This record gives sequence, structure tokens and C-alpha cells, in this order.
Amino acid sequence: MSEKLFVKGNEAVAMAAIEAGCRYYFGYPITPQSDIPEYLSRELPRLGGEFIQAESEIASINMLLGASATGVRCMTSSSGPGISLKQEGISYMAGSELPGVIVDIMRQGPGLGGIDASQADYFQATRGGGHGGYRIIVLAPNSVQEMYDLTMLAFDLSDIYRIPAMVLADSVIGQMKESITANPRPAVVVPEKTWAVRGRAEEAPQNVVKSLKLGDGEMEAFHWALHARYQELGEKESRWEEYLTDDAELIVTAFGSTSRIARTSVEAARNAGFKVGLLRPITLFPFPKQAYAALSRKCKRFLVMELSTGQMVDDVHLSVARDVEVGFYGRPPGAGSLPTPEELFEQIEKAYNN
Amino acid sequence: MRHDVFIAGYGGQGVLLAGNLLSYAAIHEDKNVSFFPAYGVEKRGGSAMCTVVFSDGDTGSPVVGHPSVSIILNQLSFDKYAAKVRQGGICIVNSTLVKCDGVDLPDVNLVQVPMNQLALDLGDVRMVNMLACGAYAGKTGALALPSLEEALKKALPERNHRLIPANIAAIRAGAAAVQG
Amino acid sequence: MKQVFSRPQSLKDVQTHFCPGCNHGTVHRLVAEAMDEFGIRGETIGVASVGCSVFLYSYFDVDVIEAPHGRAPAVATGAKRARPDRIVFTYQGDGDLAAIGTSEIIHAANRGEAITVIFVNNTTYGMTGGQMAPTTMVGQKTSTSPYGRDQHKDGYPIRMAELLAQLEGVGFSARVAVNSPKNVLQAKKMIKTAFRYQVEHKGFSFIEALSACPTNWGMNPLAANERVGSEMIPYFPLGVYRNTANM
Ligand SMILES: Cc1ncc(C[n+]2csc(CCOP(=O)(O)OP(=O)(O)O)c2C)c(N)n1
Ligand code: SF4
Repeated sequence: MSEKLFVKGNEAVAMAAIEAGCRYYFGYPITPQSDIPEYLSRELPRLGGEFIQAESEIASINMLLGASATGVRCMTSSSGPGISLKQEGISYMAGSELPGVIVDIMRQGPGLGGIDASQADYFQATRGGGHGGYRIIVLAPNSVQEMYDLTMLAFDLSDIYRIPAMVLADSVIGQMKESITANPRPAVVVPEKTWAVRGRAEEAPQNVVKSLKLGDGEMEAFHWALHARYQELGEKESRWEEYLTDDAELIVTAFGSTSRIARTSVEAARNAGFKVGLLRPITLFPFPKQAYAALSRKCKRFLVMELSTGQMVDDVHLSVARDVEVGFYGRPPGAGSLPTPEELFEQIEKAYNN
Repeated sequence: MRHDVFIAGYGGQGVLLAGNLLSYAAIHEDKNVSFFPAYGVEKRGGSAMCTVVFSDGDTGSPVVGHPSVSIILNQLSFDKYAAKVRQGGICIVNSTLVKCDGVDLPDVNLVQVPMNQLALDLGDVRMVNMLACGAYAGKTGALALPSLEEALKKALPERNHRLIPANIAAIRAGAAAVQG
Repeated sequence: MKQVFSRPQSLKDVQTHFCPGCNHGTVHRLVAEAMDEFGIRGETIGVASVGCSVFLYSYFDVDVIEAPHGRAPAVATGAKRARPDRIVFTYQGDGDLAAIGTSEIIHAANRGEAITVIFVNNTTYGMTGGQMAPTTMVGQKTSTSPYGRDQHKDGYPIRMAELLAQLEGVGFSARVAVNSPKNVLQAKKMIKTAFRYQVEHKGFSFIEALSACPTNWGMNPLAANERVGSEMIPYFPLGVYRNTANM
């Protein structure tokens, strides 16, 4: 077993990118994710890679588009205001079927908002975010170890499915330090990037990376093909974690930082004799509908918890059986007012005894 | 067994270093650790705070509403956070800077250690955070002193390693201050 | 001398959040003094940018719009076109104006918008913790140029006052510093001229103020002020680069 490291969530993302073979990073400073560019500005040049602090997030996402089109692994990272600016580029990447990893360490919004934790960019992330009707892969780590592991997974899934992948965390997960094991890059078969532009060798077909589709039926066929890929993703790549759900009479469900807080509350609820379990989606797109469908066949009460006024709750409603009661407790936290395990326990107690 | 400790003081008292030191000591004892620094707006106004959770198993929530142990290094933090300590918990206070006379913390073990005074006696007021860590280990037994001493190598940047002996002395003095 | 230390009417009587030795405070004061001298406090609209000066509204006793990062000149354009009888100024850092907002500043200047732009060049991103800016000096170490700015990869520091002076739409463009009493006096004069351009309908005016950021330069205020003189001014020469109305 390799030695335990003690690192920040943001640093774990940067370390994992390097382990995953990413040598190209394009970014722009924004709190609370600046540790990622700062780490990579130090390490990538030593590895013969490229670190560019672009003039804006718009430039950095388009640098990602350009690098990805040549077939290399590459990454960008930002937070709310910057992720909004990247949406145009993400839409073009989706339309051009380009892989690439985008890290979003969520902060409060809308607008300049604030720099404390929030989960209010769930919709933006899981609905594609830009124009044109596309989705991106969204992974939601809830620990520093998962920041590491899921960043590596993001590169693999993105390459395999040719869909941009996002690691979606918030300032709690990005800024906290935990003991982790820096796992080696998993052995995954990734298809060769025959579509990449590399300069056209004799006799080789011309490769063009583009999203403009004006041919008869071309656009429709593209959308249905993407749609089929999203379905396949849902079937093969949905990931979730269940905790004490077997005999649960109430399922608490939350992702990312909130799931960490909620897990301790669920534990406390068990200690108090309540049959409560936790269902945590790890992939937000694809949303692990199958897990909700299966659990909701035996447990008829769900309680969704989010750091917002309610976004994932919509997906829960769409995924559970019809006769299930879905409750919600959310907080769009202001500066320095994260919900505590004690607070979530009270909500669980209330819902359970209701 | 899961332990959580909340540390608060003003910027410059080494609160984050104390949190890091306890974290590395816990890792040395093969525990899982979460270290959550106060972030963003909380950080402004010159206060510093962090929460450390360590456990043989899952660390659970990095956010703790009612800590089982709080280490409080200045008056402002005491006024704001002392009342949050969980019933049956421990509140370790830097009594050189904190006046807790007349404050009623029902069912909380209030441990007063004149940390600034002890640090001055050791010849370096910057040792307050080390005294606090020693007092924590001494009082709770959650971490062994040798682990703390070992952790110094990781928690301190290389250029400060020459200060390790002085830090060890402070850790021991902190532990000694809460014995008996 | 006494005058210098009394608080201008256009500034509120509050403690600022700026670090000790930060030049933002001095530039704030000079801008407020210029507003006082023209008696325009009541008709001025400030446009705050995203950076350490985002709290413009806490210090200036004028109405303020907060713009997205880099977009202040566009926001100011909208405000000025809608309210042409008002005095509109933006106050922007070098990350804000010379990186993400390059497009907005160039086009506002090129259109000759009747606004005044105060540009604070401190060779770094202050608010986000000292990353490299487009104005960072070659060789300067920052948190994202840990080996020093490398002109072959990161380009050269941009001279905005000269760049904008090339545009026909610009009325006035000047660079000032506030690192010495003499330079402060000169800066005060220039900032006043910039506002005079707007008051007298002479077109777009631009002031670049070289500024110290002791915190992110890792220097004490004195050394930081010295650096403005010894490193910045030689590369970013002070002076007037365009002055179409000969003010
Ligand atoms: C779209 C977007 N990207 C990034 C940020 C983060 N951000 C806040 S302030 C700032 C730069 C501040 O530097 P500068 O403009 O030089 O002003 P200073 O703080 O030095 O005065 C950045 C990048 C943001 N708020 N919005
Ligand atoms: S960080 Fe720099 S620019 Fe910002 S207030 Fe401090 S000294 Fe001024």
C-alpha cells in the first residue's frame, strides 16, 4: 500500500490529473479553486507539460477545445462565474464530441455571489449548461480521496464516451484536507482517438473537429446518436453509494459535501433507533435512477438535502416510484453558515416521526 | 472511535498549524483524518479556526456543530464558540488571554491553561499552539505525545525543522500542564 | 499639506479593508478629490469591478453598479448611454481590465465612450491571492508563475496606457504613480484632467495608476513603494500618452 498523503481536495484533483496522464492545463484564477492552477503551474513544467493561465475562462475553455482536438488529455477548472463563461466552449466541445475534464468547485451565486460552499450549480452542470441540448458527465466527490479517484475516472469516461466530463465539488471538499492514498492510474481500455487532428498523413482521411451540421438529416442523426450514448452511460456508468439502506424506513439522499454531513446525521439517527439510510449519487449525470427506483420499491419516504433551495430534488422526484413521499431540506448557505450534522439530524427526526 | 476537535484563535496564533499537527499525528497513528479550515468570509476579521476529525473508520462530517473538544486561544473565540461545546465535552482555554470567570458551561469540563504565560516561560510566545496541542493530547489521550512529536516533521516546513526541539518542549509542557 | 489628509466629501468616513501600504486607498482619495473639485458627487455613477476594489460602494459616497469581472467598460457604456448627463467612471484592476476585460476596454475606448476609466496596475491579482497578471513583470514570481514570469510562454507585461493611446476614440490616456509625494501630486492633476474630459464632453479618458500590493508582493509597505519606483516605472513610464483636447 502506498503511503498516506495529507492534501487538500483541490490538490488531489491536480495530482490525479497528472497521474491520469494529463499534461495540459488551461485556467484562470478564481476562489475557491486557485490551488489547482497553482499546483499545476509548479508541476506541469517539470513534466514537460503546458500550464497556461489564460486571459479569461472563455479563452481557457477554448484552449481545452483546441488541445483536446489534437488527441491529448487536458483539463480546466473554475468556479461559478468562470464556469458560466465556459458554457459556450463546453457546448462546442459537446457538439464536436470532444473529451476534456472541467472541474467546478462551486461557490455561491448568482452573479458574484460569495466564495463559500454551495450546490446551486447542480442544474447548470447536469443539464448541460450551454445551448443546444447536450449533457456532460458529472461526477460528485464527497471526500478528498474521491476528488483524486473521480478525477481519474473523469478522464477515462470522457475519453471512452467522447463527452466532456465535469468534476463537481464545492469549497468544503476543495478546501478541506484529508488523508488519502494516491492510487495509481487504473488500467482502462480507452479507444484510440482516430478522430483527432494531428496533420494529415499521406492517404489518411481528413479529420475535422466541428459542431456545424448542415447536411440533410445530419443534425437529427447526431442528436439521436448522442441520446443513445447518454442511455448507455446511464446503464453502464451510474454510480452511487448506499449506507444502511437495507431495512430503512426513510432514505436520506444528498450528494457531495452535504452527503458527508448527512452521513453523520444518519448514523446519529440509527443510534437513536430510527431506521434511516443514506443514498448518495456519485454520478449526477448519469443520475443513478435505477438506485432510486429500486429503493423506492421498498422504502416509501425519501428526504433530499442540498445546499440550495432544491435542484437535485427534481431528479429524485423523476426517479422514485410514484407512491413515494419526497421531502426536502435545503439551505442556500450564507457566509459561514454550513448546516451541521446536528441540524440535519433534527430534520431527519422530524421527517421520520412525521 | 471518532474524535473531533475544534480550534479557534486569532490569525497569527498558529491555529491552522495546530490543526495540521493533530492531523499528521492522527495519520501517524493510522487514523483517517479530515481537516476543515474556516473558509471565506469567516476567515476575515482576523480570526482563524479549523475542525479536525479523526477515526479508525469513517470520519463522517467535516463540519461539526457541537464539538466534543474545543481549544480556544483568545477571548473573541471564547465568547463566540465556547457555548457550542457538546455536553460532557472538554473546553481547553488559553487562560492568559481568556477570562472565563463567571461563565457557566454546564456539563463541560473547562480546562484552563495559561498558554501565553507558559510559552513566555519557554522563551517563545509563538509556542502557544504547540502548548495547546500538548494540552489536548494530555487531557484527552486521543493522541499519543510521541505521535505529535513525530508529526512535527511533516507539519513544519523544512526550513523550520531546527525548531523541532523547542516545539517538542512546548508540547510536553502543554501536556504536563493538564496532568493531575 | 493639511488638505491632503482631510477626507474628501465624496469618500465615506469609514475604515477601508485594504492591507497596510496598499495604494488602492490613495487612488480612491485622489479620485474622490477630483469629484469634489468638480462638485459632481451627486451626479456620478461609479462602476465597480471584481478585485480588491469591489467594495467601491463602501467607500465612495456615490451610486455604484457592480460589474462582472472585466465587463465594467460595457456596463459603464450602458449606464452612460442611458444617462448621458451623468458622470460615469469605472475603477478596475489589472486582472480585470487587462486580462479578462481586454475586449470591453478596447471597444469602449474605440467607440470613444464618454466615460472615465481608472485602472490600477499592481502587477498581480490581489483579491484572489497573488496570481500572475498580464502586467506582471518578466521574472516576477507569483503563485501561478512560481519560476518567474517567462516572456516566451507568458508574454510580456502589457502597457495599457500606450496601447489605448493608439485608438482614435480616446481623448486622454496617462500613466501615473502614487509612490512619492511628487508623484501623488502629479497623479492628482492627471486624474482631475481625466474627469475634466468627461465634464467638458471631450471624450473617453483613461488613467493607469501604478500601485503597490505589499501583501502579494511579500514586501513591507516601504519596500513595495520602492519597487514601484525601481522596477515598475522604468518599464511602465509615467506620462501623458494622448491628450486630444490639450488639457
Ligand atoms: C469570471 C470571473 N473569473 C474570475 C473571478 C475571480 N476573481 C476575482 S477578483 C480577480 C482578479 C483581481 O485582480 P485585479 O483585477 O488585478 O485587481 P486587484 O485585486 O489586484 O485590485 C479574479 C480573477 C471572478 N470573480 N469572475
Ligand atoms: S491584496 Fe494587494 S491590492 Fe488587495 S488590498 Fe491587499 S495590498 Fe491592496
